[in-house]
Amino acid sequence: MATENYRYVGHAMRKKDSMQLLLGKPVYTDDIVPRDALVVKLLRSPHASALVEEIDTSIALKVPGVVAVYTWKDVPKTRFAIAGQTYPEPSPYDRLILDRQLRFVGDPVAIIAAENEKAANKAMRLVKVKYKLLPAILDMHEALDNPVLVHPEEDWYPPCPVGGDNRRNLVASDVESNGDVDKVLADCDIVIDRTYHTRAFQQAMMETFRTYAEMDRYGRLHVISSTQIVFHCRRILSRALGIPKSRVRVEKPRIGGGFGAKQTAVCEVYPAFVTLKTGRPAELIYTREESQIAGSPRHEMEIRVRLGASSDGRIRALDLHTLSNTGAYGEHGPTTVGLSGHKSIPLYTGSLEAFRFAYDVVYTNLQPAGAYRGYGATQGIFAVESAVNELAERLGVDPTELRDRCMVREGMNMPAYYGEPAAACALDRCMAHCREMFDWEHRYPVRDMGNGKVRAAGVAMAMQGSCISSVDVGSATVKLSEDGTYNLIIGAADMGTGCDTILAQMAAECLDCPVENIAVFGADTDVSPYDSGSYASSTTYVTGKAVEKACNELKGQICRIAADLLGCAAEDTVFEGDRVRCAADGRTVSMEEVAYKSQVGNVHAAEVTATHSSPVSPPPFMVGMAEIELDKGTGEVKVLNYMAVVDCGIPVNPALARIQTEGGIVQGIGMTLTENVTYDHNGRPVESSLMQYKIPTRLDMGHLKVEFEHSHEPTGPFGAKSIGEIVINTPAPAIAHAIYRATGVWHRELPITPEDIAMSRPEETHRA
Amino acid sequence: MEIKLKLNGRAVTAAVEADTTLFDLLREKGCYSVKCGCETSNCGLCTVFLDDVPVLSCSVLAARADGRAVTTLEGLQEEAADFVGFIADQGADQCGFCNPGFVMNTIALLRENPDPTDDEIRGYLAGNLCRCSGYEGQLRGIRAYLDSRKGKGAQNGN
Repeated sequence: MATENYRYVGHAMRKKDSMQLLLGKPVYTDDIVPRDALVVKLLRSPHASALVEEIDTSIALKVPGVVAVYTWKDVPKTRFAIAGQTYPEPSPYDRLILDRQLRFVGDPVAIIAAENEKAANKAMRLVKVKYKLLPAILDMHEALDNPVLVHPEEDWYPPCPVGGDNRRNLVASDVESNGDVDKVLADCDIVIDRTYHTRAFQQAMMETFRTYAEMDRYGRLHVISSTQIVFHCRRILSRALGIPKSRVRVEKPRIGGGFGAKQTAVCEVYPAFVTLKTGRPAELIYTREESQIAGSPRHEMEIRVRLGASSDGRIRALDLHTLSNTGAYGEHGPTTVGLSGHKSIPLYTGSLEAFRFAYDVVYTNLQPAGAYRGYGATQGIFAVESAVNELAERLGVDPTELRDRCMVREGMNMPAYYGEPAAACALDRCMAHCREMFDWEHRYPVRDMGNGKVRAAGVAMAMQGSCISSVDVGSATVKLSEDGTYNLIIGAADMGTGCDTILAQMAAECLDCPVENIAVFGADTDVSPYDSGSYASSTTYVTGKAVEKACNELKGQICRIAADLLGCAAEDTVFEGDRVRCAADGRTVSMEEVAYKSQVGNVHAAEVTATHSSPVSPPPFMVGMAEIELDKGTGEVKVLNYMAVVDCGIPVNPALARIQTEGGIVQGIGMTLTENVTYDHNGRPVESSLMQYKIPTRLDMGHLKVEFEHSHEPTGPFGAKSIGEIVINTPAPAIAHAIYRATGVWHRELPITPEDIAMSRPEETHRA
Repeated sequence: MEIKLKLNGRAVTAAVEADTTLFDLLREKGCYSVKCGCETSNCGLCTVFLDDVPVLSCSVLAARADGRAVTTLEGLQEEAADFVGFIADQGADQCGFCNPGFVMNTIALLRENPDPTDDEIRGYLAGNLCRCSGYEGQLRGIRAYLDSRKGKGAQNGN
């Protein structure tokens, strides 16, 4: 295997921050900020759709310790988007810091700043608001062209043409196709026509949203935030607050989980606004309830799949229509929806003759959605993989063998994936490997355990991307220190994933030195080179390549400095990790000597910044298989075993890649079985705490087994692709498949609760 | 009211309100390892010891600590350092936000039951949520630690 030639890449090692985290050192936002910061709280709308008719803050301001209460009258009138995306953002500028019109239960009505939490909470209860109730749209099916408009404002503005129209409650709309899908469908022996529904699942990262702001010693706004996107955050704050970017600095400390939630500036503007107005440090920490009702969850989607196949199980046509609910604001609305088709349809490039993918993204008066690991691919893959399983069961063909006939293979061009190639693709090997590891032959047949319980298995494939092609930018700065060690400075955000460590492994590989010799820092807009941020599975692939470039350029600089010392031409020197050799006579200088020389009478910078962007986004691939035990009486499903094989190119750190995969699978199991999102009559999410929103515990996930199939992506650093997002995509379709095997009922809506299973009857399979 | 307690072995006097939680008091006293994840006693992040018994500090009033001993991860650095490296070797620390509560409860488990089975580990730690790791890596880490303590190889936990 190619990775055996590497000393650091492809080897498991501890995360650089491991012991700090495991020993509970103060490394997160709220651990490192001053204790005397103003406590910021938000008064939130109790109504899904209303107008603030009157608002009186005079009594609230009299509470001892209250410093300020701001309303819609106090904030700038420039609309902005809080989605962390490259400018010009596909997301519409549809927000104000505080708006007179309230669009969901939880929309902020007033910002309260006080010396302590008690005073802030007391003042919040004393703000007198007279609401004028407006009709609300609580069902995404009723949104398009409804006379009730979620965003009637004249200054609604889409920076990108994505087919939206606020007069129609439409955020984005598009259709694309390849081949004559209607003609091929008409010619197919069998057409599966099904509709699937997924909900606005919550990332539920353990650290809720939080931001601290202060004026620094230069009188600039200094923001410390738990964010995946320091640079986008700076741009968003600059626009929202109406101050130049040069007056804003954003940094992130350690982050207590993100999963995409923190790819949106959910809470940054509020304390930043307080600090600008008062000149005082201010901190806002969302409660778990606020994170659940006013966060940035997955887009609810309804996906209609028409799948046409021949009677021998060749998938010939796929026709998808996705209706996506972006909620009250449009963050990530126009882009998440794209992945529901672009990262599901290409899985069947091997046999597909035609496809069509159309979508509409609509506003409703529900919690605004955002980015969540998988970013639309999760929803699309649940739909397409479920339809493929249904095809296999209908034809009586083994669903793994059916996929063998139809799947994308290495070297193919993928028309449904922006016409990009599958230059590295081990999906076929993943399937063979997983089949054997799982013992598919013996676990696939349904087994009645004789005690009212049935064991059954299901399968699914998945893909994702490794960046946003031709958009994402990653950069790295590498500099030499006096003792011959290095600093690696990045703008990507390690949110627990371990990117600081895997990027250091790459740097160590290039610079031929121990990983301990690479000190990593990230991310701070004043210090880090520009990086679009940690999302779209891009950090390993894009920023990793920037690290590789920077290290190679730095080696050239080091050789130039060494050449001065050795008295030979730079071309005649050889970089050897801890020293530089003069090829002609074999004399060497140590890296320490070079480093000191770089600080004396030197004109060659011992520091390099390199930037990378990729015209392609090579997909990782994955196969997942679930074995469940289902109680026919109660409908309870236990996942006994979940096994998966992933092709992420090469895993740069196999331990971290494995944990990413295991963690993603368990999140996927949660959204399939236990994490529900329902609303009361007023559009308020019922599951507003971790008591109601049931993320899996360690008793809910059975046994996991994860292995890898290597491929070599020619455009990736050391052949690597991505791992972070794909791993959440297989559980829903695989478990739904196993439930069908056990009960004879296809469940096409997530989550699949025991009640759903116990109350369903096999004949329903033919409805719908 | 004024309370007196032993915090990580040191005598501490604190002025608290009747509704001050132990969680708020501990962070005020600089015990930043103690984290809040849910406010509803569901996540286990705020686990500390009250007289050596693990409790959820978000759901215990500070006044209840009067005259008692409170221990946080700051006070158990050596005992924790003994095994957390095995978690780090698995990469199972991940974002780390749940780690202090999980580590505290693991210490409690191992004091109570020095040689737990995998199911006993899962059961004891069931109240410690983690959204990153998928739990298996944490289990592998604890198993590797137990095996190393027995002087056996580290790989037979699975």
